[in-house]
Amino acid sequence: MDALEIARWQFGITTVYHFMMVPLTIGLGLVVAVIQTAWHRTGNPEYLRMTKFWGKLFLINFIMGVATGIVQEFQFGMAWSEYSRFVGDVFGAPLALEALLAFFVESTFLGLWIFGWKQLKPGIHLACLWIAVIGSVFSAYFIIVANSWMQHPVGVEMIDGRPVMTDAWAVFTNNTALVAVPHTLFGALAVAGGFLLGIAWYHLWRRLRDGVDTVGADGKVIPGESADIPGRDRDDHKVWLRSLRIGAVVAMVSFAGTALTGDLQGKLMFEQQPMKMAAAEAACHDGTGFSVLSIGNLGSQDCDDIVALIEVPGILSYLAKGDFTTEVQGVNSLLPQYKEAYGTHLPDNPIYGERAGQEIDYLPVMEVTYWGFRMMIGFGGLAALAALVALWITRKGTVPESRWLMRLAVFGILAPFGANAAGWIFTEMGRQPFVVAPNPDPSGIDQVFMFTAAAVSPGVSAGELLASLVTLTAVYAVLLVVEVKLLVKYIRGGVVSAMPELVQAPVDENEDATPGAGGPGGGKPGDDVLAFAY
Amino acid sequence: MELLPTVWFIAIAVLWTGYLFLEGFDLGVGMLMKLFARNNTERRVLLNTIGPVWDGNEVWLLTAGGATFAAFPLWYASLFSALYLPLLVVLVALIFRAVAFEYRGKVDTDRWRARWDWAIALGSFFAAFGVGAALALTTTGLPLNANGDREGGPLAWFSGYAVLGGLAVVGFSLIHALAFLALKTDGDVRHRARTWFVRLLPVMLLPIAAWALSIQFLEGKPWTWALVLLAVAAAAAAWGWARKGAEGKAFSALGAFLALGSASIFAAVFPVVLPSTLNEAFDLTISNASSSDYTLGLMSIVAAFGLPLVIAYQAWTYWVFRRRVSAAHIPEAHSFLPAIAARAFTTKG
Repeated sequence: MDALEIARWQFGITTVYHFMMVPLTIGLGLVVAVIQTAWHRTGNPEYLRMTKFWGKLFLINFIMGVATGIVQEFQFGMAWSEYSRFVGDVFGAPLALEALLAFFVESTFLGLWIFGWKQLKPGIHLACLWIAVIGSVFSAYFIIVANSWMQHPVGVEMIDGRPVMTDAWAVFTNNTALVAVPHTLFGALAVAGGFLLGIAWYHLWRRLRDGVDTVGADGKVIPGESADIPGRDRDDHKVWLRSLRIGAVVAMVSFAGTALTGDLQGKLMFEQQPMKMAAAEAACHDGTGFSVLSIGNLGSQDCDDIVALIEVPGILSYLAKGDFTTEVQGVNSLLPQYKEAYGTHLPDNPIYGERAGQEIDYLPVMEVTYWGFRMMIGFGGLAALAALVALWITRKGTVPESRWLMRLAVFGILAPFGANAAGWIFTEMGRQPFVVAPNPDPSGIDQVFMFTAAAVSPGVSAGELLASLVTLTAVYAVLLVVEVKLLVKYIRGGVVSAMPELVQAPVDENEDATPGAGGPGGGKPGDDVLAFAY
Repeated sequence: MELLPTVWFIAIAVLWTGYLFLEGFDLGVGMLMKLFARNNTERRVLLNTIGPVWDGNEVWLLTAGGATFAAFPLWYASLFSALYLPLLVVLVALIFRAVAFEYRGKVDTDRWRARWDWAIALGSFFAAFGVGAALALTTTGLPLNANGDREGGPLAWFSGYAVLGGLAVVGFSLIHALAFLALKTDGDVRHRARTWFVRLLPVMLLPIAAWALSIQFLEGKPWTWALVLLAVAAAAAAWGWARKGAEGKAFSALGAFLALGSASIFAAVFPVVLPSTLNEAFDLTISNASSSDYTLGLMSIVAAFGLPLVIAYQAWTYWVFRRRVSAAHIPEAHSFLPAIAARAFTTKG
């Protein structure tokens, strides 16, 4: 592997990893904020418990997103200095604004939320969470604006060989970004939905297995109480059943959302990056049919080797144009157009290193684009279908006793993660061989593009890149084990793992009949310097 | 006169100074976890003084980096790629440190805590050292060619200035953290922090003073020399106030020392943002490394509203958590049954 390939692997690994934490942060953050709002408005104790429990898991995950996010910002300059020089005038701004307008908000107000349970008035405390969550949504917006400019550059003019921003409004309202943002947010919510559903299922199942809950003759659940574990009372049953239902509804709604926005994205992509969509379909020839299964050696990059085994006529045209008859261009028609527009060989410029003068392969790795596209849709749809089934199965208030169903629900948490990762891998690998894809709109800036081969840092050696690839991958692997272990520990502990106060006052928490007995937390006076989270 | 690049040079200097001021004390507190705290309760006192704020402090680094990318892409590209390995160390250090803060208290065993304590202390040390080295080198220069790429291999950046800069930020962070702890804690920790502060201040500020002075000898102008003198006066004032027990004043004076010292360095090197040690013609300056006026103008408008807002709500956070933390406040570690169902996945029904 040379420096370019190592740098690409590093970017891919660190980004996919970072984007396991991020959707859960965004999705779960929104869900926790809604639940705390429900608690604020109704005062129902189960909403407080849900806020605390899901909030704890949210924080365990949040910190990993923060820690791995710094790598993202640094690595543009470290490993991709030529890219940074080329795009800096337009790409740097959304990154800087993300830090200034989103990260500050997110980190500061989350700190207030974590440590301010007693210092802030309840309404302000709740507002802090909402502000932090909105900050994370804004951060998604800014980074997708930056990414969308790589997919579809707008708002610039070429001056001295570099794109210079001339229309910020065009950059920040890039249509590619405006559909990618909701698509990504729905994808994040789908992750949160599956997370709630799987974990809540596990707890309902466990209550049943331990004999805390029983099922009556009519099939309806009879919630019970268990003395040995604090907080395992009737409210606890409500916590999990409500979480399960919220999770299922969120999963279904967000899948519908990803489908609708994904459809819009597809239509744009057929215009903006036709080769990416042709590669997503492994479509060699022009046609109207959507491939359900194509065989042949997708990796050979020889398009004629591929046979579409099962094809649904008309669907591809619908994805591209909204009708069932328009012919969509396949790879064989597109290749000559790309060669004509952007050249057949990389220029003889030292910026391309050893690759200078090589022939350009305009076809992305079709194994990845074809299967990435299908895994995204498949995992997403599967999770939504499972959520629907889960709602039906649990309509009488608990889950079946089956251990296998419980395992399925728990491992099903991974499906939306898989869909998110597959979607991003598809869209980023499908952009190749460009790092900044040319914009074929008739707007006259189709010469604003950059080959990935020119983007890597010329002064950085393959050895340095390999050192960082190995180091970061190892560190990330270790931390993934630690994070999952901690999540499992807190999940198994149940609500009490996030609520020490349940140990002190297990039963009376929603009775006001004992005035002056302890108060919130029941601690010593002076305890309220801050909520001691560390 | 290039107005907007100058404005952004100042803005980036302000962001770095803000970063060193804010994260300075939490990096220092991180190192003091091993150097100063005597037992687990004291370590928790230390951690909870920075608990609500450290993450927000760290965003100053991200903003300084992002603003450099946006305003001076060539500076960002050359500096970050030339310092590939040291910045990798900074990244790994920051990752472990961040995770350690959050995870340290999540398992109630001594072994678990001891590991994360090391992660916090070493993570803080290497992050401070690496950032200091990078900042020093951007003022003294790197072996860059005409394209702004490093010549001479992965370690070509190394020089005495890298070490000096590293020690400067480590030393400043430690002394700043002692001032912060004296201000934010009570009881034994508070008194020891003040004693340590008074004893250690001259030594700890030596490397940062040496850096500021060597820049003055290389590039200084009369008025930047004056800033150095004022900085020294501020440090002396901090020391005097700390001796008298005026912790708030001592902390503020140390902050003034940082601001003046940092200003003296940035002002002396202006308008060069990253000199090349190979050829003066390859120096990156505010004119040849900056973005277009359009981009800088847009960023100026946003920053003019955004940055004061950030400062306002971060200040409010410090106000909310203004009360001193002491060992007596620290609650028992919360341990809960590791589960309702540890065996759910391993045994048969």
